[in-house]
Amino acid sequence: MYKYNDFDSAFLAERNAQFRAQVARRIDGSLTEDEFKPLRLMNGLYLQLHAYMLRVAIPYGTLKSDQMRQLALLADKWDKGYGHFTTRQNIQYNWPKLNDVPDMLDALAEVQLHAIQTSGNTIRNTTADHFAGAAADEIEDPRPIAELIRQWSTDHPEYQFMGRKFKIAVSGGETDRAVTKAHDLAVRVVRNDAGEVGYQILIGGGLGRTPMIGKVIRDFLPREHLLPYIETVVSVWNQIGRRDNKYKARIKITVHELGLETIRDMVEERFARILPTYGGADQELFAEISAHFQPPEFRKGSIDPYTWAYDADPVFRAWADTNLSAHRDADHAIATISIKAHGQTPGDASSEQMRVMADLAEQYGYDELRISHEQNVILPHVHKSDLPAIHAKLKEHGLATANVGLISDIIACPGMDYCALATARSIPVAQQIATRFDELKMEHDIGHLQIKISGCINACGHHHVAHIGILGLDRAGVENYQITLGGDATDTAEIGTRTGPGFAYDEIVPAVERIVGAYMDLRDSEEETFLETYRRVGMEPFKAVLYPEARKKVA
Amino acid sequence: MARAFTPKVVTANDLLEGDVIYMAADDSWTRNLSEAELITDEAHAQLRLLDAERQAIRIVGAYLADAKEGPNGPEPTHFREDFRRTGPSNYFHGKQEAQANV
Repeated sequence: MYKYNDFDSAFLAERNAQFRAQVARRIDGSLTEDEFKPLRLMNGLYLQLHAYMLRVAIPYGTLKSDQMRQLALLADKWDKGYGHFTTRQNIQYNWPKLNDVPDMLDALAEVQLHAIQTSGNTIRNTTADHFAGAAADEIEDPRPIAELIRQWSTDHPEYQFMGRKFKIAVSGGETDRAVTKAHDLAVRVVRNDAGEVGYQILIGGGLGRTPMIGKVIRDFLPREHLLPYIETVVSVWNQIGRRDNKYKARIKITVHELGLETIRDMVEERFARILPTYGGADQELFAEISAHFQPPEFRKGSIDPYTWAYDADPVFRAWADTNLSAHRDADHAIATISIKAHGQTPGDASSEQMRVMADLAEQYGYDELRISHEQNVILPHVHKSDLPAIHAKLKEHGLATANVGLISDIIACPGMDYCALATARSIPVAQQIATRFDELKMEHDIGHLQIKISGCINACGHHHVAHIGILGLDRAGVENYQITLGGDATDTAEIGTRTGPGFAYDEIVPAVERIVGAYMDLRDSEEETFLETYRRVGMEPFKAVLYPEARKKVA
Repeated sequence: MARAFTPKVVTANDLLEGDVIYMAADDSWTRNLSEAELITDEAHAQLRLLDAERQAIRIVGAYLADAKEGPNGPEPTHFREDFRRTGPSNYFHGKQEAQANV
């Protein structure tokens, strides 16, 4: 994993000193809020409903145990003992005081973390597949690419005051675990017919008020062209993207209005001019970065303890069946730790839980942790023989919930419980759905089903790409929840379709229950997932159970 | 026809703490909505907002929020302002916690 060199450390120290001085100037009145706001946002500091919020980047979702422990320390020392992991591989602290933020940033710098460009109209934290370097189906570890982009985009003078934010995601193979098609720009590692490894580049994806699926602008980009090509795309958009209307400023609108072909022509023309200005330093840097991401030496040994526990302990077996994924090394597994115990806030971890996960990573997991956009924590490399001990420890700390990929593994934005932009609450809806289906003891029968909830049209909760998406709105001063069905966040990405009129706060859980009930009746076998059933039968049967009154009127 | 003016309070966030504050009739800031000045005149409301904005050294983002007269002072009319005066619903944090500790 990447380690800062002297340049990185000095840059971060200087940047933090600058921000400390900016905070001081705001407090003594030398800076107005209008002047201070873009500066604080560029350093991850928001002002929300009840307090400030500090958003810290977890580059490509990768953490070492000492970094996770430091996140726990921040939670205890300057917040209320917990942190919230987000859908873009960040962690948010909901209760910092303005005066404390410079100290928090210095504490983060001690473990090579920062909050730079986690907000503002800049290139944001570059996200990556949370199974990077571990997944059995990966062509190449996407994290060196993400680190290269991070270094290039951080404090890049051309991209500090763009028309709008720009989000990049990177995936290492065909299976898309990074929602790449919902990003302004996506890099996917691919292999061409000649067997060479290169990149497929997508642009113009995004959720929010105008959801769009990303489109392929370049099917195969040679490895050495990556950075000049990304620079070209961002600079083309930065020049022609609309600045008259912030709702039409994102690249998805530019692509939609001008057409992919026009943008591609402009990119190719500019690329021909930019490419020769790259003298190969980017490739040297990439080689240097890649050296940091060598896989650990996977240990050998019998996996018997795993097999025995799997056969003997049904609780362990349930967890193993839902929370483990195939590792490239057959004796190892990828273990997803659900931080979504039924009834808890999705994505929240207490400082104690963070320390437990850090300890497990250090003791059993080659010192690596990952944060997923699905708001869970991952031990990417675990020898199978260690899984029973890990599970036992997780159980002691409320971290052994066996629900990954199931109906209670809900993505939810903070919603109106914290966010100043929200139009309705998300968290209590998620808590109630999870609690309800836990009471019904149905979720393992229901199988793979993703619910994602956003508390406003900006769609931080990814509701558009959920199997069942929920969008909270303010309808005449009352919370109202619209439902979409059939969204998909994977390589077969799709935007969900609205069912019809929304539901009141106390009607939304029963509405979800009716949808799930209909699915259980309609599926042709226990193997057919919700999404497969929806694709087979369409919207109508679900509308019928959601709006029986409307149906009666028609009949 | 212009919409009838509805009563307002001036509210903002505290610069250092970041928490929700309300303007009282004597120009001081209070953390309790019930102690805020309820403004029933539109012109007066605009003046009071200007008064608040002049205190930019200790507050952020002043605005006029709808409120109504209650038995113990102003009360919110919209759920957003109700959450702002209370705190989040998933933890007992924010104003509800502070008030419980009084």
